[in-house]
Amino acid sequence: MSSIGTITRAGFARGGIELRQAFTTGADLWTNLFPAVIFAVVIFFMRDATVDGTGISLGARTLPSVFGMSLAFSGLLMVATILVTDREDGTLLRAKAVPHGMSSYLVSKIVLVGGMTAAGFVLQLVPGLFIVEGLHMDAGSWLTLLWLVPLGFVATMPIGAVLGSIIDNPRNLGLITMPIIGVVAISGIFTPIGSIPGWLQGVAQVFPIYWLGLGMRSAFLPDALTAVEMGDSWRHLETFGVLTLWAIAGLVLAPVILRRMARRESGSAVAARREKALQRTA
Amino acid sequence: MTTLTGALMAEADTPAGERVLEVRDLRMRYGATDVLDGVTFSARRGEVIALLGPNGAGKTTTIEILEGFRRRSAGEVRVLGVDPVAGGERWRARLGVVLQSWRDHGKWKVRELLHHLGRYYADYSTPRLPRPWPVDDLLDVVGLTEHAQKRISRLSGGQRRRLDVAIGIVGRPELLFLDEPTVGFDPAARREFHDLVHRLTDVDDTTVLLTTHDLDEAEKLADRILILAGGRIIAAGSADELSRRVEGESEVRWTQGGARHVHSSADATRFVRELFTQYGDGITDLEVRRTSLEDTYMTLVRESEAGRATTAAVAFEEAS
Repeated sequence: MSSIGTITRAGFARGGIELRQAFTTGADLWTNLFPAVIFAVVIFFMRDATVDGTGISLGARTLPSVFGMSLAFSGLLMVATILVTDREDGTLLRAKAVPHGMSSYLVSKIVLVGGMTAAGFVLQLVPGLFIVEGLHMDAGSWLTLLWLVPLGFVATMPIGAVLGSIIDNPRNLGLITMPIIGVVAISGIFTPIGSIPGWLQGVAQVFPIYWLGLGMRSAFLPDALTAVEMGDSWRHLETFGVLTLWAIAGLVLAPVILRRMARRESGSAVAARREKALQRTA
Repeated sequence: MTTLTGALMAEADTPAGERVLEVRDLRMRYGATDVLDGVTFSARRGEVIALLGPNGAGKTTTIEILEGFRRRSAGEVRVLGVDPVAGGERWRARLGVVLQSWRDHGKWKVRELLHHLGRYYADYSTPRLPRPWPVDDLLDVVGLTEHAQKRISRLSGGQRRRLDVAIGIVGRPELLFLDEPTVGFDPAARREFHDLVHRLTDVDDTTVLLTTHDLDEAEKLADRILILAGGRIIAAGSADELSRRVEGESEVRWTQGGARHVHSSADATRFVRELFTQYGDGITDLEVRRTSLEDTYMTLVRESEAGRATTAAVAFEEAS
């Protein structure tokens, strides 16, 4: 077996086992399903409302936006959380102690996060199709998803890994959760971005969440809905551009920071964190 | 001074090809503190070496540098002939690592994790050392067969530790690092663990470097004990050699004329000879107890600490 073969096979095996665990453990299942349930409820109550000034269903507009947001959450928050907890309990160090362990760890996390996100999509899409009317899909939609989804992951996962490397303590995850939720609030996920002040619109367009929401809307909604978007267009070129910039930034930054973080992992570092964790519970 | 002692302790008689571990003048400095201050030792194939020392002596730091988990400040280190800083995956596959505390993979089942981690070693299988260790055999060796399907988070402390050891040896390492391996073991588990280490060194010719607080364990397991204090190896040798190194007093007990006597003597042999010359058959229930490893250890550590205090005082006087 070549080493690339081993890395891929072991990585997929690990990702598969962890996916299974995520869907067979009560607490994990709840954590992972909870957002999907919440959004299904939100969309259910939005089903009869319309987007201001148009006859378009608010629910239909929100559903794809939520897909975009979920993708960003997975890439940023899920990756960061996994990294922080795996570092705290020694999983990452274990990977370091095994030949090719780190590379297959990376593969397994891509499988895990990808799988969880896909499952989340299905859980939101299926009930969504029954609740809201006005979703529109054609060949072009699939084409859009084909570049948007992978690009979205590449734009967010390395950044999530960087955030997860910087934070040393699971308790401090709130430090990144809060700002991300703040960005969601201004990113036109639940209300069209036109309803917030212009300078905030500018801020929102710096981050990938707005663009992922926009991209998803472009795939699932009829073109007539561009009427409530900025520039009256789906702005695919801009979406591609901004997400690519984030991807480049992440891919440049992540290996450096991940390597530095991994180098610092040692038995005594894990022991020290354990010590801290015990003090907290005592 | 340091280098002189270091050079004396280097095992110059071990042929280079047999040396699994070679450490020369290893130094580790954090800020202004020297955690390791010129550590020198080597190990040959199949040897069990125990690093003994008080907390903060630098045991874990040493082992982490050898495992390639920590960068040293200075000195020369060869582990299986390779500098750990430059050790690649092939090198990694020949090592087994059991760290002090691990809580990872709590959601995995025992057998599942051992099977999974074993896969990584398959590429490095050799005719002499088929890798990985078959999971069922391994479970049997560490006594976890009946817990094979258990979730790791539900294992008891001792079981968890045995799993850690199993993970450490799943790749059939040529060199195994054990950092405080038996903390939390009951006496029976400890005995079983000692048997396992003996099995590894006898059957697979595995070299073992372990750190411990437990003098009894060091004495039972190790071919050679290195006593580390204040970042230096202050003494090295078998438990026996170490006891002889310290000019301790042996304790002689005997019964004579219905009374029990106790006497401490620096030269017990001579004392007993005189005792017999004087009383002959009148002596019964004779017992001679050599300084225990514990006494030796305490004396050596105390001497080293006193020595350092003196050096510090001299340095202070010279400075002022």
